[in-house]
Amino acid sequence: MDYPLLSLLIFAPIVGGIVVLAAGESRPGLARWLALLVSLITMALCIPLLQNFDSSTAQMQFVERVMWIETFDIHYFLGVDGIAVPLIVLTAFTSVLVVVAGWEVIQTRVSQYFAAFLILEGLMIGVFAALDAILFYVFFEAMLLPMFLIIGMWGGPNRVYATLKFFLYTFFGSVFLLIGLIYLYLEGGSFSILDMHRLPLPLDAQIWLFFAFLIGFAVKVPMFPVHTWLPDAHVEAPTGGSVVLAAIMLKIGGYGFLRFSLPIVPDGSQAMDWVVILLSLIAIVYIGLVALAQADMKKLIAYSSISHMGFVTLGAFMVFQVLENGTMEAAQLGLEGAMVQMISHGFISGAMFLCVGVLYDRMHSRMIGDYGGVANTMPWFAAFAVLFSMANAGLPGTSGFVGEFMVIVASLQANFWFAFTAALTLIIGAAYTLWMVKRVIFGDVTNTNVARLKDINAREAVILSSLAIAVLALGVYPDPLIDLMHASVAHLLEQIQLGKL
Amino acid sequence: MENIYLTIVLAPLFGAIVAGLFGRQIGRAGAHWITILGVGLSCVLSLNVLWQFITGEAEVYNQTVYTWLASGSFNFEVGFMVDTLTAVMMSVVTFVSLMVHIYTIGYMHDDPGYQRFFSYIALFTFSMLMLVMANNFVQLFFGWEAVGLVSYLLIGFWFKKETAIFANMKAFLVNRVGDLGFLLGIGCVLYFFGSLDYATVFAAAPSHANDTMTLFAGHEWSAMTVICILLFIGAMGKSAQAPLHVWLPDSMEGPTPISALIHAATMVTAGIFMVARMSPLFELSETALSFVLVIGATTALFTGLIGIVQNDIKRVVAYSTLSQLGYMTVALGASAYSAAIFHLMTHAFFKALLFLGAGSVIIAMHHKQDMREMGGLKKYMPITFITAWIGTVALVGVPFTSGFFSKDAIIEAVHHASRAGSGYAYACVLIGVLITALYSFRLLYLTFHGKERMDEHTRSHLHESPWVVTVPLVLLAIPSLFIGYFTVEPILFGGFFDGAIVVNAAHDPLLALGEDFHGPAAFALHGFTQWPFFLLLTGFGLATWIYMFRPDIADTIKARFKPIWTILDKKYGFDEFNQAVFGRGTVFLGRFLSKHGDQQIIDGLVVNGSARAVGWFSSVLRHVQSGYLYHYAFATILGLIALVTAFVLMGREGL
Repeated sequence: MDYPLLSLLIFAPIVGGIVVLAAGESRPGLARWLALLVSLITMALCIPLLQNFDSSTAQMQFVERVMWIETFDIHYFLGVDGIAVPLIVLTAFTSVLVVVAGWEVIQTRVSQYFAAFLILEGLMIGVFAALDAILFYVFFEAMLLPMFLIIGMWGGPNRVYATLKFFLYTFFGSVFLLIGLIYLYLEGGSFSILDMHRLPLPLDAQIWLFFAFLIGFAVKVPMFPVHTWLPDAHVEAPTGGSVVLAAIMLKIGGYGFLRFSLPIVPDGSQAMDWVVILLSLIAIVYIGLVALAQADMKKLIAYSSISHMGFVTLGAFMVFQVLENGTMEAAQLGLEGAMVQMISHGFISGAMFLCVGVLYDRMHSRMIGDYGGVANTMPWFAAFAVLFSMANAGLPGTSGFVGEFMVIVASLQANFWFAFTAALTLIIGAAYTLWMVKRVIFGDVTNTNVARLKDINAREAVILSSLAIAVLALGVYPDPLIDLMHASVAHLLEQIQLGKL
Repeated sequence: MENIYLTIVLAPLFGAIVAGLFGRQIGRAGAHWITILGVGLSCVLSLNVLWQFITGEAEVYNQTVYTWLASGSFNFEVGFMVDTLTAVMMSVVTFVSLMVHIYTIGYMHDDPGYQRFFSYIALFTFSMLMLVMANNFVQLFFGWEAVGLVSYLLIGFWFKKETAIFANMKAFLVNRVGDLGFLLGIGCVLYFFGSLDYATVFAAAPSHANDTMTLFAGHEWSAMTVICILLFIGAMGKSAQAPLHVWLPDSMEGPTPISALIHAATMVTAGIFMVARMSPLFELSETALSFVLVIGATTALFTGLIGIVQNDIKRVVAYSTLSQLGYMTVALGASAYSAAIFHLMTHAFFKALLFLGAGSVIIAMHHKQDMREMGGLKKYMPITFITAWIGTVALVGVPFTSGFFSKDAIIEAVHHASRAGSGYAYACVLIGVLITALYSFRLLYLTFHGKERMDEHTRSHLHESPWVVTVPLVLLAIPSLFIGYFTVEPILFGGFFDGAIVVNAAHDPLLALGEDFHGPAAFALHGFTQWPFFLLLTGFGLATWIYMFRPDIADTIKARFKPIWTILDKKYGFDEFNQAVFGRGTVFLGRFLSKHGDQQIIDGLVVNGSARAVGWFSSVLRHVQSGYLYHYAFATILGLIALVTAFVLMGREGL
């Protein structure tokens, strides 16, 4: 590689976003096409990323490193492994869909809208590619701003409360993260995440750091009980905002656990793993029940997201108990299941929010009670919605099954009751999803608004079909994804097993 | 061979995709042709495979198609295992499916969702073939859930009907309860065997016979018992065994062809097939087999009883299906797996026949299903009438019909079994024969005989169904009558399933039974002197007396036995209980948690509470900044005193 691919991936959308912004509000058409072009270029940059990525090694690849702030030894340090690459591709893919999804519905401040999304895309890719803790933190925090603006400017009526809650919650979490990172710098003298992986730490320090990371990332995931910002943010966010939030931003929490908590404080994580396991199982069951009670489709899907993300945190932190009672392969299976679940949830939650967006654009309501019998007037939409709902309920053959299956069978090696509790999602997840389908999609036409609905247009069909293909492809043939991450996950597992004591 | 098996599986899938995505372009005829050709091709090839197994040309096939997911030593694959058991299942599935496809042309003739329907049933055939041809648990689970999906889509096919979309959700959720057990069972298999490949697991099974696992601290459980019971819970969902049977009667909300195909002949027997396939595991646990036996016997008797009081023609057949599934389960529990599969096969023919016959009646009655408004139909629809009689004599087990051979084998096998619960099971299946005869002949008499009770308009339009409907009836009637006679010997006593089904010879009831077997004719003649035949005659006599000669007496009996009748009419209250506890109870719990957990405690108390606390704290703190100089001076002096005191105390201690 003789060109800085990761920098391109980060800065192509950021610079592109600035260009879109410069196109100005007077030419919305130009802004749209420019934004699409930029997102497609970024997506195209993923091709060399995948082609040149060597999945047989856990080494960081496409590494770029230059001094940034010499006084504190902070570097502009980038690199990716098999854990980061799928998430970067997911980000680029989702961003294209989000641009297309906002094509018609956004009529005010068009260039600002698209610019915000493109800049957000670059920052999120930066989070996944950063190997310097401060660089990571900068991206991690900077990311909040465009999202804050997206919800605050294009959001619903209660957006001020939602944005403040979203901002304060995540900011609250990241302060602890920063304290942890500075502590690690003071101990080890380096902000390189890879150096931090190698830094020996006593158990009590590890436990403190574990909680600092936990608070930082748990808010992002979000985990019970720091999840209540998510439903509010989703409800107020425009469709595109919800899609990015659910499909990518939540994954940054999961990524943080895999990149920071497990390798930097393995022994602390081991000592405190029960906290995360407990909270994950509560998320799966409690949040699933709460989802059942929602009358607002976006809230329902938001709660469903939290419940599904429970599998990510469960898969990541049950690894110690799996190693204790089961085999190393099972531990690996669980970790990979957590990763697969992240990617799959990116597709499915994105698709679910886009489906709600399709309805919202037509009827300006998210309330389940305002719908009924949509299948009569929108048969193609109904087909997609049922497919994605089934994926959300974890039907085999869709991506939703793969991660959950891996985590459930692996968790059984730790403790039968972990698996049992997690597997309750089979029932609860199907219940809240299909009940929504029953009330929204099926039935006779309930009111004149539904009777007047027009089926999806070509643009919407393209978005939903690409997600449908992704969901089915990953469900039918997940092996390539596992292949991509296998070596990196194995390396992570090695770090976990070795410990630091 | 791989190409042939791939074709068998993919041909229906291809038809389903074309009919589903391009239904508008290819039109109605295009949709039924493409799917019928697909399924027809599968059927011909499957029958050929079966024939090769019968002649001994074919060998057991077990190959991987592709690796679904590989992680370390775990290799989850998609692949086919085809042996005699699979071949029988493939043939039954594709044959009944083909009949139903043809029948559907007539039944769904005027339906606007014609193409969609063909797409679904072809997709079902694909899923079911994936299920029976799997060579590993993951693919089995894929097929398992995929048939559940299609069942969901088809029960709710008429999605404007509120009852239909309630029934399909109910079916899916109840099945998911079973799947919870099934998935955990698969997880346990992976835990103990390190593989989900059938061949690997079955080969290693005997060496794990004494493995134990701890579910509750201090109690060791036999691993095989836990695995088998968990897997069987999956079967209880799919094959509608009590108490997870509640979804099957409601599934009758779907169009009749799928009631025949999915909810009688094929999908609901997936659980039976699965247990037979897992016989190497089940044979290792007496406890699990007893569990299977008791659940099956309970289902066989008690769901049959409900059938007596139903008035909807399809629901009678549905309860009959439940009861017959119970018989198959009993056979599994008695280690007579071959008998279970045998009954599965014969039942597929005669029950599909009865459902399609009921469907033919429903077409004639303009989609009315209440038998109280029927009667005397025999003269209007002779082919339906005769084939329905054929289906019925096979169902009740009149000697020489195929139903006789399979059902009698089960009853005899249970008789020979010595497992815990086999006495209870024997009583249940014996009484079940009487019950079966009662509801079956009641259905025939109410529908085809006696007074014509329909309204004038309906009567004037009564006529036999078109040939696309009657031909499948005839084609199903033939095996309903004869297939048992020709297959009983090889299947039950000739070791046709050897290798596919493993039975511990020490408790193989069919082995004992085989010693007295001297050909199918002798077996059938012997049947005339046995208890089941007398019970059958009693049921026949009672039904004939009540419904042919004394129609008034039915109401008298109903009034006399009001409490029992009410219990049966309420189906033992399962629906009400589930609705109240699991349905409304869960939603109530969700609302409670949402309101009190999320909104009040987390958001109200902690999140907004901390915001308020900050506000309160700063409002208090604000008073400190009063602007009066003497306040500040006073505070400074206080602080100085405190510091000096602390310094003096600490300092002294330090010294």
